[in-house]
Amino acid sequence: MTPDADISAALQASVLDAIAQNRSLQIVGGGSKTFYGRAPQGEPLSVTGHRGVISYEPTELVITARAGTTLADVEALLAKHNQMLPFDPPHFSGAATMGGAIATGLSGPRRPYAGSARDFVLGVKVLTGKGEILGFGGQVMKNVAGFDVSRFMAGSLGTLGILLEVSLKVLPRPESEQTLLFECSALDAIRRMNAWAGQPLPLSGAAFDGGRLYLRLSGSTAALNAAREKLGGELAADGAAFWRGVRDHACIFFQGDAPLWRVSVPAATPPLDLPGEWLLDWGGAQRWLKTSCAPATIRELTAKAGGHATLFRGGDRQGAVFHPLSPALMALHLRLKAAFDPHGILNPGRMYSEG
Amino acid sequence: MKTLAFDTQALITALHRILPSSAVLSDAEDLRPYECDGLSAYRELPLAVCLPETVEQVRAVLRVCHDTNVPVVARGAGTGLSGGALPLANGVVLSLAKFMRILEVDPANRIARVQPGVRNLAISQAAAPYGLYYAPDPSSQIACTIGGNVAENSGGVHCLKYGLTVNNVLGLKVLTMDGELLEIGGAALDAPGYDLLALMTGSEGLLGVIVEVTVKLLPKPERAQVVLAAFDDVVKAGEAVGSIIGAGIVPGGLEMMDNLAIRAAEDFIHAGYPVDAAAILLCEVDGANEEVSDQILKVREIVKQAGATEVRTARDEAERLKFWAGRKAAFPAVGRISPDYYCMDGTIPRKRLSEVLSRIAELSQEYGLPVANVFHAGDGNLHPLILYDANKPGELERTEEFGGKILDLCVAVGGTITGEHGVGMEKIGQMCHQFAPAELTQFHAVKHAFDPQGLLNPGKAVPTLHRCAEFGAMHVHGGKLSHPELERF
Repeated sequence: MTPDADISAALQASVLDAIAQNRSLQIVGGGSKTFYGRAPQGEPLSVTGHRGVISYEPTELVITARAGTTLADVEALLAKHNQMLPFDPPHFSGAATMGGAIATGLSGPRRPYAGSARDFVLGVKVLTGKGEILGFGGQVMKNVAGFDVSRFMAGSLGTLGILLEVSLKVLPRPESEQTLLFECSALDAIRRMNAWAGQPLPLSGAAFDGGRLYLRLSGSTAALNAAREKLGGELAADGAAFWRGVRDHACIFFQGDAPLWRVSVPAATPPLDLPGEWLLDWGGAQRWLKTSCAPATIRELTAKAGGHATLFRGGDRQGAVFHPLSPALMALHLRLKAAFDPHGILNPGRMYSEG
Repeated sequence: MKTLAFDTQALITALHRILPSSAVLSDAEDLRPYECDGLSAYRELPLAVCLPETVEQVRAVLRVCHDTNVPVVARGAGTGLSGGALPLANGVVLSLAKFMRILEVDPANRIARVQPGVRNLAISQAAAPYGLYYAPDPSSQIACTIGGNVAENSGGVHCLKYGLTVNNVLGLKVLTMDGELLEIGGAALDAPGYDLLALMTGSEGLLGVIVEVTVKLLPKPERAQVVLAAFDDVVKAGEAVGSIIGAGIVPGGLEMMDNLAIRAAEDFIHAGYPVDAAAILLCEVDGANEEVSDQILKVREIVKQAGATEVRTARDEAERLKFWAGRKAAFPAVGRISPDYYCMDGTIPRKRLSEVLSRIAELSQEYGLPVANVFHAGDGNLHPLILYDANKPGELERTEEFGGKILDLCVAVGGTITGEHGVGMEKIGQMCHQFAPAELTQFHAVKHAFDPQGLLNPGKAVPTLHRCAEFGAMHVHGGKLSHPELERF
């Protein structure tokens, strides 16, 4: 294992050099999500050397780690104290880091029931495109001093600053988990998942794949048994493996070269009439679509349903990977980008074309 | 046109041209009710108060102010506790009080779309027929509006488990100062682009005017049960909190009150609190029936181990509500025993509780001002209430100085100057202690991206470096000035 190290001074020097020489930088973590976003540009700047857990207080429910610390290391440490990252961050290929998890802002199957990556961000230390190291938020649960720049960093894909440290709220692991199976149609699955989500049930996952509805319950054994009695269904043999497969895109559905779209719609939206194969997660709120259908068609239909579509993997990485913004929002995005990275050197164009 | 001198009468005439006459107030007696928010020690009369009722009218008011360089302070119910809605003498107050419609409750998707002037509690009431509710419950929830909740990122007693406003809002419609309508987020999760929802929430009216809010609704827990534990020492009570959380329990609510707060609340509400206790804990667990039974047993065991002198589980729903009634009425209860009180709002890492409480007690002696402590113990959010009498010359000033020291103490132990009440006008000076100049400059850059003229609630929430330099000159810490790198004026 790579030793813990604080290389923030070296990273800062690299940013200052890049400013002076008018070069752009591509921020590189564990490389597990290089496929995500628009094609990376600029000279690679690795942050993986900046690693190590800085503080962890199980009874405070807070962990602070340098951005290059791997999720695997963080989760192993939390597991020792029977705690977890509640937003279930995807690891994909396995080398995922804390910085990458927050910079992409991606969350796993637990997200609709527990909250998203940004929901658990309490504070960050960030190296901006001006070469300044700034701290926002902190290590306490409630903090409304100043604009919420730490949560704002989540999902900004390194276009505003290089995350150096992240403080996250953590939660106890549930005493036990069970996954129930139901054979049904997609339409029926969407109805059931949303009806259950409106009831006081200990849900922590709801997905539909290949004609089967998977429902995960988390809580005390007594509570799970009581819930099972209400819900029926069949107990899945290896529920944990199923949810890991969905989270990390490791299950069969995600194999193959067809472009993969993430379609986000209000959870109870009936199945969308788009050609391709579907896997529904987040109780219907996040729908994976493998298709070669034209992007414009996908976006039009998704927008009509009140949602947005991301070309998650494959397809044209030079084009509009993320759902286009309204002109007013796009103009605001460019002004915010300039407020943090006035020289435009950090991950240029990774989210939207800045030209 | 923008650079022309613009007198008040011309401004009011322009406002009358775009709003019905009853929606523009400019006589001193009509302005009086708007001179302060919940922090009544700060008062100011604005040039005018506008009460639009359509988004188009709000846009028109903003355009007039934008074109004439007049600052705008948006206002909900005016229950805020940090002076965020304090008018500016050269500005207009934009009241959203007429935006009271619940536009949609969608039980299938578990969301509600509401106008900003809808009261917090009214959302839960509208959702109740579907077994749903809106989780954040600030103590002012019968009066405060959702627009104000978003502006302040309001909390409540259930934050540890259910989050703050920022964790429960899905979408916003916002008008920028130049009248542009932004649609941020919505019913679909995790919108593309930057997380403007996070940036807007808690922005204290500095970035835009909220004209619509989409919130997440949650199913009402099957059951809630509360344990009341009394302690003869606040330190033991603090340790019990750590033990409960360390045992893997995330209570729906976990509150602590010290002796003065207990006695005040008991005198007022007769909740049956043990008035001799140094501290009480209220620990509520909620969820599935079986899980609640399980956890209540565990909590009882943990608090006994931690040295509780008395442990009571509410016998029924009526007693549960009674236990909470005392806590929820703690502020007005303290108001009954003192002519005035000043409510502080720092957050600290919980493990530092005992040293913070001892230091507050010392300061209380030093200043000769009693303090009642009410504490959202689960999430480390401390509300010391300083008792004072504004009619005694100099007492308000001493109270504010004492309060400032409590906030500095919170920062010193790794916490923050405000957990849920906002910075507003009140804590603008303490912001200079919490943040370095480069961080404050970054906040101003964010504001500039939204509001380049600096017309939305200017002078609140984020201090200018100039102000910090002046403020720092008055507060010398350990012989060192704050921000020695700054020029002094």
